[in-house]
Amino acid sequence: MPVTVRTFASLGEAASTLGSEREARFLGGGTLLMRAINEGNPPFRTVVRTTDPRLKEIRTAGQRIVIGAGVTMAEILRIRELDFLHPVARTVGGPAVRSAATVGGNIFAEKPYGDLVVALLALDATVSVHGGYSAREVPLAEVLAQRGNGAPGVIEQVMIERPAQQGALRFRKVSRVRPKGVSVLSIAAHLPTSSGRIQGARIAYGAMAPTPIRAPAVERALEGRSLDREGIAQALAVAVDDCAPADDAIASAWYRREVLPVHLRRLLLGEAR
Amino acid sequence: MSKKPVQFRLNGGDKAVFVDDGQNLLDVLRRGIGDFAPKYGCGQGTCGVCTVLIDGEPYLACLTLAETCEGREVQTASGLAPGPELHPLQKAFMEHFAAQCGFCTPGMLMAAKALLDRNPQPSREDVVEAIGGNICRCTGYEPIINAILAAASAAGRRPA
Amino acid sequence: MLEFRKEIFADERDDDLSEVGKPTQRQDILGHVTGRSRFFDDHAFEGLLHLKVLRSPHHHARIRRIDTAAAEGALGVKRVIRAADVPVNLNTLLSLLNFGKDDEPTLAHDKVRYKGEPVVAVVAESEAAAHEALAEVRVEYEPLPAVFDVEEALKPGAPVVNETYPANTFEYHGRYDHQKLRFGDVERAFAAADHVLEARYQMSPIEHAPTETNGCIAAPETNDRFVCHTSTQALFFSVDTAAKILNVPSNRLHFIGGTVGGGFGGKVDTVTEPLAILGAMLTGRPVRYVLDRVEEMQFGPPRGAERWIIKDGVMRDGRIVARKFTGYFDSGAYTRLSSYAVIKSVGHLPGPYTIPNVAADVYCVFTNRTPATAMRGFGVTGADFAIECQMDKLAHLIDMDPLEFRIRNAYRDGDMKAHRREAKNCALIECCQVAAEKAGWPLREEFRRMSSRQGGGGERARIEAAPRETARPEAEPPRYPSYEQPAPPSAPEPPRAAPVTRRFSSVFGTRRR
Repeated sequence: MPVTVRTFASLGEAASTLGSEREARFLGGGTLLMRAINEGNPPFRTVVRTTDPRLKEIRTAGQRIVIGAGVTMAEILRIRELDFLHPVARTVGGPAVRSAATVGGNIFAEKPYGDLVVALLALDATVSVHGGYSAREVPLAEVLAQRGNGAPGVIEQVMIERPAQQGALRFRKVSRVRPKGVSVLSIAAHLPTSSGRIQGARIAYGAMAPTPIRAPAVERALEGRSLDREGIAQALAVAVDDCAPADDAIASAWYRREVLPVHLRRLLLGEAR
Repeated sequence: MSKKPVQFRLNGGDKAVFVDDGQNLLDVLRRGIGDFAPKYGCGQGTCGVCTVLIDGEPYLACLTLAETCEGREVQTASGLAPGPELHPLQKAFMEHFAAQCGFCTPGMLMAAKALLDRNPQPSREDVVEAIGGNICRCTGYEPIINAILAAASAAGRRPA
Repeated sequence: MLEFRKEIFADERDDDLSEVGKPTQRQDILGHVTGRSRFFDDHAFEGLLHLKVLRSPHHHARIRRIDTAAAEGALGVKRVIRAADVPVNLNTLLSLLNFGKDDEPTLAHDKVRYKGEPVVAVVAESEAAAHEALAEVRVEYEPLPAVFDVEEALKPGAPVVNETYPANTFEYHGRYDHQKLRFGDVERAFAAADHVLEARYQMSPIEHAPTETNGCIAAPETNDRFVCHTSTQALFFSVDTAAKILNVPSNRLHFIGGTVGGGFGGKVDTVTEPLAILGAMLTGRPVRYVLDRVEEMQFGPPRGAERWIIKDGVMRDGRIVARKFTGYFDSGAYTRLSSYAVIKSVGHLPGPYTIPNVAADVYCVFTNRTPATAMRGFGVTGADFAIECQMDKLAHLIDMDPLEFRIRNAYRDGDMKAHRREAKNCALIECCQVAAEKAGWPLREEFRRMSSRQGGGGERARIEAAPRETARPEAEPPRYPSYEQPAPPSAPEPPRAAPVTRRFSSVFGTRRR
C-alpha cells in the first residue's frame, strides 16, 4: 500500500492520530521520512504532519529558552539569541539540508546523524511531548533512552538554559569530509567556570553509543578542576568509560575509542583541529 | 488512489498539479511538469543534484514533500536566465570551465544563487560552505568556486 | 593556472597548432549551465513504466524455488520478468570480439554468485509499486560457502564461483589460466643482485560513484524498433550487447546517449539496457530502469581490486636488474572486462623503467564479489600504485633519493621493453625533473642533465633470451566439490544456448556466431 499523508492544523490532533495508528510517523523536515519513502517499502503507512505554529515558536524567559521542535537548523542560524548553537547547527548537512532539518527530527536521527541533540544533551535539555490530549515535560535523555520503542508522542518543544558564560558551550563534530560530512563522532561540552574552576560540567557524545549519551565519569573528573593539561588529565583517562561504540561503515569501534580522548583533549584545551 | 491538488509558482509562472501522497517535489518537477533541470542522484539528501530554491532558500527537492510547496515560490536552473541572456552565474560557469559532465551543474547553480542573493560579496570560505551540500565527481570543485567568486565580483563591478 | 613547458622536446614539434594547448569550451557546456543538456532520464514518455530488480541477498547460493505469483497480482504491476523470459540468458561482454566464454546470466535461475545479482524484474506503474511487488516475491535460497579472496579462490577445494571457469580463473585461448611475461632471466639476476626486495600490495575495489546512476529508458519506436535512452559510455558496445541478449538484429535497436552524468568507466557494462528493452517488448510501453544510489554502490560494477606481489633485485648503484610480478585481478563473479584488464596490465609491466630481466604471472580470478569493470587507467593504475610504492621502498633500501632512483632506471628512447617493443617518445625523466623543480626537491646536477633521448638503445635494445621453463603438468580436470554435483532433474531449465543466427553488428558488420 502506498503511504497516506495527513496534515492537521493542531498539534493535538496530529499527536492523537500518531498515537492511534500503528504504522504512522510524524514528519518534521523530511530528511529522514522522505528518504525512507524514496528507497521504497517504507516501514510506515501514514505520514502525519501539522501546520501548528507552536512548533515554530522561539521564546526566551531569562536564562530559559524554548525552541519549537519544528524550528530548522537554518532558522537557528538566523536567530541571534541562539548564537551559542550556531557552531552546532552549522555542522548539520549542507545549506539545503539545514533548510529542512528540524530540532525535533534531530532527536530521532540515528547516528551518524543527530549532532544537534548532542549539544542539547550537554545543555540538560528537556522536551515537551504531546500525547494527544496534553503535553508533559520529559528530560531529553529519557526520550533518547526510549527511542528504540518508537516515539512517545509528538515532540512539541525543547527547553534549555542559556550556557553559563560566553563560550561555555563547546562542540566538535569529527568527520572525514568537510565542510559537510557525517559524524565519526561528536562531542559537546558545557563548561561553566567559577574563579577559573569548572563547576557542573556536562559532557555529551554522539556516535559513541546507540544514542547520544552523557559522560558522567568525565564530568566527575572535571569538577573543580582548571582547563589546562594537568586539570583535564584525569578526565581524559576516563574519556571512554561510559561508551559503547559500534563498528560501522564510517569507523570501527576501536578507532572511535582511540581518537575520542584526542578530540576531547583538543576541545577542552581550546586547541584547533 | 486519490491525488491532492497543489498550486505553486515555478520560475515565475503559476503551476497547478495533482500529486500522489508521499510524492516528492523532484518527481513532480521532472515527471509531473517536465522540468528536467533538477536531477536524481541519491534520494537521500547526500549529493545535492536536486537542489532548488523555495522562497529563495536552498532545499533538496528529493526530500521535499511536494504538497508542502502550496503557495510557495520554487526556482530551478531552468529559470535562471531571465531571458535570452544568460545569468551571470551561468556565464561565469562557462568561462571558468566549471562543468564537465554537467550533472551537478543545475544544483550547484541554485546553491550558488542562494548564496549570492543573500551575500553578494562572499569570501572563498562562504562559497565553499554554500556548495558544501553539492557533490561534483568531475571538476575537483576549484573551477566551480572560482566561477562563483568571479560572478560575485562581476556583479560587484556592474553599475547599480 | 596551466603552464606549458614548450621548451622540452621543442625540436620535435611545430608550435603552430591552433587548437591544441588552447582553452576551448566543451560543446555542451551551454546545455549544462542552462539545464538543457538531456541526460537519459530527461525524456518524457506517456505511459512510462518503472522496472525494479529483486537482487540476491546472498554472496553465493543455489536457487531452489522462485515464486512470483503474489508479485504478478500486486497493485500496479504490468509484468514480472524471469530468467526464462530472457531470449539469450548467458553472455559475456567481450563475446562481441569473440573473446571469452558466455558466463553471466541477465537474470539468475539456478544459482546466485554475488550479493546483488539480479533474480527477478518487476515492471509497474510506479517505482513505489515496483518496490512493493518485489517484496512479494518469494525465493528459496540454499546458501553456499563463498570465497572473497583471490588467493583463497585459487587454492584446491575453494568454492567454484562460476562453473564456466571451474578453476576460478579466466581461460586464455582455452588453455592458459594466466597471462605470462618473460624477458631475460630473473632468477639468475636475483642471485647476482646486491639486494632483493619482495612486497605485497593490495587495493580495494573502487566505486566510481558518478552523480548520475546507471540507467536507461527503453520504448517502442516506429518501424518495430525500440529506442533506448541510456547512460552508457559505450553506445555501440551496448547496442550490440543488448541485441545479442535479446536475440534481435541490432538495427532494431535505436540507442541514444552521449551525455553521461559521470562515467569514469563504470557505465560500459550495459547492466540496465537489456532488461529495460525486454520490459518494453513484453509490455508494449516505455520502461525506465534506473539504479538507486544503494544499488549503484552494491550492484554497480566497481574497479576490480588488484593484488600485486613484486620482487626486485637491485644493485647498490641504483640499477634495478630484475623485477618479478605476481598479479591477481579480482574479477568478481563474472568476467565482464577483467580478462582484458589483465592483458593490458601485462603490456604495461614493468612500468616506465628499463629492467633487463622481467617476469610476470597475472591471473584473472573469480570470487563471490560484485563483478568488476573498467575505471580510469583500466588495468594500469593499480599496477602503477604497487610499482611506485615499490620504487620508494627500493630507494630507501639503498639510501638513494627516490626521484633520482627513478631517473636512473627510467626508460629511454631506443630501449627494449619487456614485451619486445622499442621504447619511443619516452618522457619520464623530464616529468621527474619538472616535478622536482616545482616541488623544490633538490636533484643532483648529474640527474638534472639526464634526458630521455640520451643513453638508450645499444646494449639496452637487446632482447634477452628467456630460459625455457619446464612444461607445466597437464591441467587438472575441473574440481567438483560435493555441493557442486549436477542439479537434480527438478531444477529449472538450463541457460539457453545462443542460437546460430546471422546478426548485423553495428561495429563488425554481418557476422555469424
